[in-house]
Amino acid sequence: MFENLHKNQPVQLVLGLILGICFGFFLQKGGVTSYDVIIDQLLLTDFTVLKLMLSAVIIGMILLNVMKYLGWIEFHTFIGSVGSTVIGGCLFGIGFAILGFCPGTLAAAVGTGQIDALFGGVIGMLIGTGLFAHFFPIINEKFMDRGVFPAETIPQLLGIPTWLVVIVLVILMSGFLIILEYLGL
Amino acid sequence: MDPLTAIQWSPYLAGACIGVVLCFAMLLSGKTLGCGAAFTGVAGTIESLFRGRKTVSEKPYFQMFPLKIEWQWMLVLGIIIGAFFSSLLSGTFHISYIPSVFSEQFGDNPALRIITALIGGIFVGLGARWAWGCPSSHGISGIPQLSLASFVAVACMFGVGIGTAFILFSL
Repeated sequence: MFENLHKNQPVQLVLGLILGICFGFFLQKGGVTSYDVIIDQLLLTDFTVLKLMLSAVIIGMILLNVMKYLGWIEFHTFIGSVGSTVIGGCLFGIGFAILGFCPGTLAAAVGTGQIDALFGGVIGMLIGTGLFAHFFPIINEKFMDRGVFPAETIPQLLGIPTWLVVIVLVILMSGFLIILEYLGL
Repeated sequence: MDPLTAIQWSPYLAGACIGVVLCFAMLLSGKTLGCGAAFTGVAGTIESLFRGRKTVSEKPYFQMFPLKIEWQWMLVLGIIIGAFFSSLLSGTFHISYIPSVFSEQFGDNPALRIITALIGGIFVGLGARWAWGCPSSHGISGIPQLSLASFVAVACMFGVGIGTAFILFSL
């Protein structure tokens, strides 16, 4: 669906801007543009980040899978590996706790006037992503193909139907949120 | 109370709205909510000001992801604008240099905060590209698509993030 719209570059740039404005607005209203809130999540004393992410995931998982079933959209999954996904995720985790933001919340934090996010975080991220682009041939050759995962998606890995995985995950994630509320976290 | 001027919404409501934004991004643009690649493009563009566009575009990474203004750049620009308007409407926009949780633990020297943010940013930037995604693209966008790589990436990001935060804040 909307393939012609996807190919229309000028319209896509405007759509990207509008969707970004919505995304940034909801991130800020959700309270996750604050270093304090993100660090308190990593210290397990405030669960705002997890509540926001799991709500987005539950709604997104149901709607995206219905839209895919109806043939409206295609998914963008790719195969991971230990050398890419695990090493990259761990490097990210170290930086996540030092910086106190991820790339999206960092951009939103700049919008709320946090100078440390702009002159520390954004410049650091430009250096980090620039280093990756520069050393990409070596990183690609030495790491990316190590320990390639056995499957691209959870249903493929477990050999069970997509709809069943969606239902189980929605129940588990909703249950986790209900327990968090019950514990007063 | 008017939701536009509210200081904070329930994280469940804000999260659900972000889930809907993701659906529109996939439907109208065929894209997920990622931010890391845009930073790489901007970094490459800045580098090309010093070293020439040709030298930078010939790097293998920029052969795979050509240097041009694209959807994700506009998404990141939009995030900055959206968060600006949200904080302006709720009266919480203000210029700040040091977050309170940071100053309670490490003192109120803004230079120390800028340097730690810079170091953290380098790791975040490197890791976000190395794992081909960040908590937005792997977490909010990849998990709904049931991507195995996304589940593993988010587990590593938060697992190591929690471990590192506990070490930093117990010093």
